[in-house]
Amino acid sequence: MNFDFSDEQKQMRDEARKFLSEQCPPKAVREVLDGKAPYDKALWKGLAEMGFLGIAIPEQFGGAGAGHLELCVIAEEMGRALAPVPFSSTVYLAAEALLIAGSDAQKQKWLPKIASGDAIGTLALFEGKGNPSPKAVKLTANGGVLNGVKKPVADGAIADFAVVVARTGSSGRESDISLFIVDLKASGVEVKSLTNIDLTRGQAEITFKDTKAEPLGAAGEGWSVITQVLDRAAVLMAFEQVGGADRALEMGRDYALDRIAFGRPIGSFQAVKHMLADMYVSATLARSNCYYGAWALSTNAGELPEAAAAARISATQAFQHCAKNNIQVHGGMGFTWEFDCHMYYRRANAVALGLGSLSYWEDALIDRMRKKNAA
Amino acid sequence: MNFDDTPQEAEFRKIARDWIAANAPKEFEEELSKSSLGRIRLAKHDMVEVGKAWQKKKAEGGWACLHWPKEYGGRGATPIERVIWQQEEGVYGKLTQPFQIGEGMCGPTVMAWGSEEAKRRYLPKLASGEEIWCQLFSEPSAGSDVAGLRTRAEKKGDNWVINGQKIWTSGAHYSDYGLLIARTDPNVPKHKGLTMFFLDMKSPGVEVRPIKQANGMQEFNEVYFTDVVIPDSQRLGAVGEGWSVSLTTLMNERMSIGARLATGVPEMFEFCSNLMLEDGLAIDDPAVRSKLASWAVKASGLKYTSYRAISALSKGERPGPENSIGKLVSGLMLQDIATYAMDLEGAAGSLTGTDEAQANGQFQQMLLSSPSMRIAGGTDEILRNIIAERVLGLPGDIRVDKDVPYNKIPTKGR
Repeated sequence: MNFDFSDEQKQMRDEARKFLSEQCPPKAVREVLDGKAPYDKALWKGLAEMGFLGIAIPEQFGGAGAGHLELCVIAEEMGRALAPVPFSSTVYLAAEALLIAGSDAQKQKWLPKIASGDAIGTLALFEGKGNPSPKAVKLTANGGVLNGVKKPVADGAIADFAVVVARTGSSGRESDISLFIVDLKASGVEVKSLTNIDLTRGQAEITFKDTKAEPLGAAGEGWSVITQVLDRAAVLMAFEQVGGADRALEMGRDYALDRIAFGRPIGSFQAVKHMLADMYVSATLARSNCYYGAWALSTNAGELPEAAAAARISATQAFQHCAKNNIQVHGGMGFTWEFDCHMYYRRANAVALGLGSLSYWEDALIDRMRKKNAA
Repeated sequence: MNFDDTPQEAEFRKIARDWIAANAPKEFEEELSKSSLGRIRLAKHDMVEVGKAWQKKKAEGGWACLHWPKEYGGRGATPIERVIWQQEEGVYGKLTQPFQIGEGMCGPTVMAWGSEEAKRRYLPKLASGEEIWCQLFSEPSAGSDVAGLRTRAEKKGDNWVINGQKIWTSGAHYSDYGLLIARTDPNVPKHKGLTMFFLDMKSPGVEVRPIKQANGMQEFNEVYFTDVVIPDSQRLGAVGEGWSVSLTTLMNERMSIGARLATGVPEMFEFCSNLMLEDGLAIDDPAVRSKLASWAVKASGLKYTSYRAISALSKGERPGPENSIGKLVSGLMLQDIATYAMDLEGAAGSLTGTDEAQANGQFQQMLLSSPSMRIAGGTDEILRNIIAERVLGLPGDIRVDKDVPYNKIPTKGR
């Protein structure tokens, strides 16, 4: 058994960590937090130059052709650094949808641009409140023309193109749903930025009015593709979450060692120690579930649906737990704008919802476990 | 990243599997597979006798304590081979319960601190199950604070005379030998006045009394010592070094990888899949699903955490500190699961009879037994201290009794 990343992959992690600590320190994240830029363009270019944007994109489409284990490694570092760039929307969602369902021409058109940092992509799935569901898709596609409103769309205001989930039938079945690719700079697209709790990442509302769109994948197979994309993105996002959880734990630990109260470091009080120990426990459980998810993702194993749900739930819980208690360990200072704790708290709670909420994935996990038990 | 054996591991696995297929006591397979929670009992046979027979057979085949050197009754196997053996031994591993304290704690301590003569005399018989060992550390007022123990050992010529009391000793009533830590000098601070010994449990003056536990069962014992004589040759480590010696024992306790930790999750999943509530099956209820999912990811997280440790062993590396979370997570989870399962049964949840209660009252039994899971082998609080101090590097608690002679420390409680 070798349930671990390889030495080369660990080396890549070290490189990514070094790169991000130089190019994406908290000061850079704050530029976006304070509204000075919609995302960190220089960092985005840098990530392209490092080959990270196309790490899992095959070489024939301009990527590094490394694989998904490598992408998991990078994802963890992106989460750790709170990188204020549209990495998850472009790489986990848009690129994965293209890899699964795209025609050769579509892949040729978009994937090289993703790898080189010249195109930002996203997935336009949600239409207001609620979790991923074919029933919730109201936006229609008729004769290659879209009409409807999507919100929230992650990084929608800065994206160049979107994979749009649309209704092409009214039978009440999953086969009513099809996917389309839309150039967001085309006519008939209206994009409005929305405010959200994570100020380092944008959300948008996109209105489509008689917008010309190109089908992605076969008609009626949209929901099956979306399910696969969400599972794959769930594993990758879980690595971001574990990266964030680990960093929040470290911040809490470091502060507890440094801060003196009642004549001793607060980290010598059991109330504080036990809180930090519990954070370590959640982060460890999440990391182990993520490793299994990474294995399933990289081998396209039949276990992926269950593994993805488990990784997603565990990592969501861990990041929320660590981010929240990091503020608690810091006390009053943790509630200042000046300290970075709130940036992790904001990110933890925003990414907990982006691919469907915790309860959505809990429900999915139980379904998938039942299916396995029945088999 | 893969779950495959290396060629050597695969070869070893095949040898182990073939041997088990040819030698295991298959007549107990079904009964052993069913008992997953709590202590193992066999309906018509004595657990210790069946266990001894299996252990003896294993020793003859070279499969007992296989990670120990051959000269002490082992096989000289690598740590990963030990894990593979445990995986292959499967349900029959439950039969090794009476020997676990000896194998996991007493044996390694004798191995590290005993004389060559003692090692050759005692370890092979411990390995083969011919002689069972117990561990005599905890006392009524020295549990988490075990260094505060009171049992006295006084030197009389070439012997030591022991007086005092131990508690929570698993298997004392069927053990042949015991690993005993006692106070040899009460005039120095508590950690410095301790010495480690081993003794024959049949020695005059040793009295074993079973404890009736909160769950109504009797699995642990109190052991009383009245003028018990131990020869100085049965001392392990120097006089006053007992604390360091005990750390060997406790370290081994926490290093056991691939330990069979019950989580209660498979049982709970099965239970919810069959329990009919007013509006349908429990497993179709969103509130139930949410809780089940949270427990399921803890159980899978523990499983894959152990896989990470096994991978480290496979590469010949030392596993990281991750494995320290196992008991902390599973103990609390068992208690929560039991409480919730009974909640779903409503008023009938309090019944323990096999007719009314679902699944033969297993959750009711789990509820009553689970408090001990959170105390034995390190309380939840001690385990959190260990994670905080050894893994996260936080400072130790300020100890007010650290430099105070033992006999000047105020004591109360049990």
